[in-house]
Amino acid sequence: MTVHNMRHGDASDGGADAIGGRLSRVDGPAKITGSAKYAVEQQLEGLAYAVLVESTVASGKVRRIDTAEAEAAPGVLKVLTPDTIISLRTASDWFGTPPPDKPYCPLARDITFSGQHVAAVVAETFEQAVAAAALVKVSYDETPSIVDLSDSKAGDGIPIDAMTKEWGDAQAAFASAPVRICAAYNTPREYQAPMEPHGLIAHWEGDKLTVWEPSQWLDGMARTYAEWFDVPFENVRLVSPYIGGGFGSKALALSHGAVAASAARMLGRPVRLVMTRPQTFTGYGGRAATRQTVTIGADGEGIIQSIVHRGINETSMDGMWVEPLGSVTSIMYATPNFSSKQNVVRVNSVVPGAMRAPGENPSAFGIESTIDELAYEVGIDPLEIRLRNYAEQDPHAKKAWSTRQLREAFAVGAERFGWARRTPEPRSMRDGNQLIGWGVAAGTYPVRRAYGEAIVRILADGSVEVESSSIDMGQGTYTILAQTAAETVGVPADNVVVKLGDSRFPRAGVAGGSRLAGVMTGAVYKAATSALDQLVGLAISDPRSPFHALQANTLVVANGRISSPRGDGPDLSIAKLLTSVGRDHIEATGDTMPANSTAQDRYKNYTTIAMALPHTEGDYSRHSWCAHFIEVRVDEDFGTVRVSRVVSALDSGRLYNPKLAESQWKGGIIMGIGQALLEEGIVDRRHGRIVNNNLADYLVPTNADIPDIEVISVGIPDLHSSVLGGKGVGELAIVGVAPAIANAVFHATGKRVRDLPITLEKLI
Amino acid sequence: MRDFSYLRAGSVEAARQAAALPGTMILAGGTTLIDLAKCGVAEPDSLVDITHLKGLDKIEVSARGATIGALAKMGHVADHADIKRHFPAVSEALWQAASAQIRNMATIGGNLMQRTRCPYFRDPANFPACNKREPGSGCSAIGGVTRGHAVLGTSDACIAMYPGDLATALIAFDAIVHLGERQVSVDDFFLLPGATPDKEHAIEPGEMITAIEIPDSAAARRSTYLKIRDRQSYEFAAASAAVGIEFEADGRTIRDLRVALGGVATKPWRARAVEEALKGKVLEPDAVRAASLLAVEGAVDNGANHYKIELAPRVVARAILKMGETA
Repeated sequence: MTVHNMRHGDASDGGADAIGGRLSRVDGPAKITGSAKYAVEQQLEGLAYAVLVESTVASGKVRRIDTAEAEAAPGVLKVLTPDTIISLRTASDWFGTPPPDKPYCPLARDITFSGQHVAAVVAETFEQAVAAAALVKVSYDETPSIVDLSDSKAGDGIPIDAMTKEWGDAQAAFASAPVRICAAYNTPREYQAPMEPHGLIAHWEGDKLTVWEPSQWLDGMARTYAEWFDVPFENVRLVSPYIGGGFGSKALALSHGAVAASAARMLGRPVRLVMTRPQTFTGYGGRAATRQTVTIGADGEGIIQSIVHRGINETSMDGMWVEPLGSVTSIMYATPNFSSKQNVVRVNSVVPGAMRAPGENPSAFGIESTIDELAYEVGIDPLEIRLRNYAEQDPHAKKAWSTRQLREAFAVGAERFGWARRTPEPRSMRDGNQLIGWGVAAGTYPVRRAYGEAIVRILADGSVEVESSSIDMGQGTYTILAQTAAETVGVPADNVVVKLGDSRFPRAGVAGGSRLAGVMTGAVYKAATSALDQLVGLAISDPRSPFHALQANTLVVANGRISSPRGDGPDLSIAKLLTSVGRDHIEATGDTMPANSTAQDRYKNYTTIAMALPHTEGDYSRHSWCAHFIEVRVDEDFGTVRVSRVVSALDSGRLYNPKLAESQWKGGIIMGIGQALLEEGIVDRRHGRIVNNNLADYLVPTNADIPDIEVISVGIPDLHSSVLGGKGVGELAIVGVAPAIANAVFHATGKRVRDLPITLEKLI
Repeated sequence: MRDFSYLRAGSVEAARQAAALPGTMILAGGTTLIDLAKCGVAEPDSLVDITHLKGLDKIEVSARGATIGALAKMGHVADHADIKRHFPAVSEALWQAASAQIRNMATIGGNLMQRTRCPYFRDPANFPACNKREPGSGCSAIGGVTRGHAVLGTSDACIAMYPGDLATALIAFDAIVHLGERQVSVDDFFLLPGATPDKEHAIEPGEMITAIEIPDSAAARRSTYLKIRDRQSYEFAAASAAVGIEFEADGRTIRDLRVALGGVATKPWRARAVEEALKGKVLEPDAVRAASLLAVEGAVDNGANHYKIELAPRVVARAILKMGETA
């Protein structure tokens, strides 16, 4: 590979090591053999163990906390309550909004949901802490709670004006449309349920804090800890080399982290705190429950005249979470008239949070179900109606798509699935007792862009080292950054060591919104290019270099060796060259920040999401796209739904590693199957408490629930979206799975289920 | 912290003597006990470990029937060639229970002692009222989230569902629980909650399950276990049926029929009314469906579990018809 001639095509020329190659996960062996050390597996001298005590009521005030018995229990070092925990400062939010100047207490006196942290016990051993935590007696003055969106006290909520999107006259156009569809869709509370529960070890040395904690955003979480404890940002080190799944839930420092770090500071000892599985259902938020009404007015040919959309999502009593329900509604189909508005309703729950494709996911369930209902109303094939209403540009931003391979996705997916063989009438396909249904739905996710930085070092032995504070939670960051550095410098991927997950490394923004791969491949590409320039520069200009006499303009570095483009000079290893010029390494820092960025800009970029570029910035609207074709089998007597076939065609632009992208897409589809058929946080309405707060009762799919899934890439490089041409991968594929299944269930049974999950009692 | 003593029993007799002491529990596979200890339901003062006792894990099948030692693993019984041949419903029930990992650990004796999945029973910190845990404290489930609760055999004191699969198959074929010298039918071994839901089994202090005996029958040899559930694997039954059938020489007339229900009752539930309605009749789909409705006679729902009353007869009918097809 020549120095300044990197290809941006779908690289299949460089083998597995190159960008676009199918290199297996470089962190795989460590995880399979168990040598990968996760956050709370760190062994520290003097480690103490903290266990949380949670509220058992959903609303009210803590009247009294009796800690006497717990304090007297064996091994107990400290019982923390709102009265005894050290005072912290309120931290800014993830936009970097300056916080109110008031103290922050991670243990609650005012109870706003069941499961809120009210106290914590720290002891010499975990078992002692568990036993003593059960001895803490909390009494409450309980007040009536608002259980969920269906609570009669919940009301209509707070209008979120920033979510309003309108053009044309949607109401009038709907009223005069010959065909009118109006339906309401509900999605329940859903939980990220990562395999590795949340937890951390916090360790103070003077005013310096080290936190080993699974994290999707080291620099953002370090900032929060620094603000809570009023220490400089540089004093906080977050370490998170491996993460057992996040799905959006591990991007922020949470109250349990504040409790553990406070306990460590108070005791002068490192403290470990790990949430129990039930606590992971209330210690932080899952996906908010949502309700949407979608109305479509169309002509007799199914051409959309108007879309009117109203959405609400739940949030907590004291926090604000907006799940943008009009995000897909406003861009998927061309319509001359559109109106979308959203309210947020306060209920007695933990503040909801980000879960794979927040906004787009429930939004797609609404619009992609309604368009299916329209197809049946006008008697047009569900795939055909999507093509008739295809949006040739972003209908909301009125800008050209950067790339939109959705038509290709529909065509390729339909062909592979055999869509043409579908008989349109519901209940027209069966196999014995099994009613067979075929459904289609589209999905999309915006390209979120930010900036990142990385160091690339070429070491004396010719190997390459990459450092970044970005993370790998299983999506493949280690691997694709190794490929990027390998291809750019010109060494085998085996000779690249990628170090991630330490906030001491060059900084990175959040691994969320499917942005990290695009951001970090760009940063590593720049740093590696700069390191390579230095290497070649030394080889050409250093008098001690064997290439000096050649007086060449450039040199070729490939497979760890350096040579002249015409092959008329020396050919030697990078290690030999470095020895000859007397260097033990070459180092370059690269970033994708604008050239005139200040230190403050950089800090803000890496520790908040305020600097993220809008996906409609400039002349283009940037999104990933997909089309899902799904077959279900519904037992006509039992109402059980099983997914028997999935073909999905997806446009994530250029793929840095197709093997890993396919794996992420399949993971999203599997999670979508869970969402469609199984997942639901069930609330006891008398107590406002989630009762299925464990993995036996909160069902996620097992292997037996998942058929063979075929995923097909239809993307092309999109250089408006990222330095190397990729678009988002991680969140895209879950979007549209639930409506594709609901549409397939309708085709199988003639029953339209508008409330997820589609459980058997809704069909028998 | 909560200390408990641990005794590794040297013999069945020693285990029984130790287990007679109040606060003592027997530890076998541990898949239920450790789970219940973690959620604060089981708080034993002492554990008697019987996992090393010799001879209690035998699986013997003869013309008279099967005798399965209490320490036989679920996985071994499920995969035993003679169990599969003589008692397919038993093997199928085990295969569809729990997960491979649990089946490799859990014992047959322990399986019978498996307790309910009622979320209120399993969360003492948040729901102090539970008559099963604390007699007289009330029932948190009634009026709460009841989608998984029983519709048969309930009482004002308890609506907790019996979650097991194996015992549903056992009760269909008149299996017997060996408690040392004493023997009790599986039907009698499991107690209805009535006013005393804390008392779940007809086992006295100092008694220990040593074996399960399943008598041979033509119906057992031609049997199946059909389990319907929300998730395809690793999930308790929404409704299940163990069915065995024996035809007269004509291959159509039902001589013997066994029907038991799982996932819908407070204990493994024998549906004798269905059996009696069809015995002597020719197997015919409409008659089977009509008779299957008798499976839920007297059922009472608590709202969200109403679907079980609809579902259970359909599961029973499908299982009976499936056994008829293989004539």
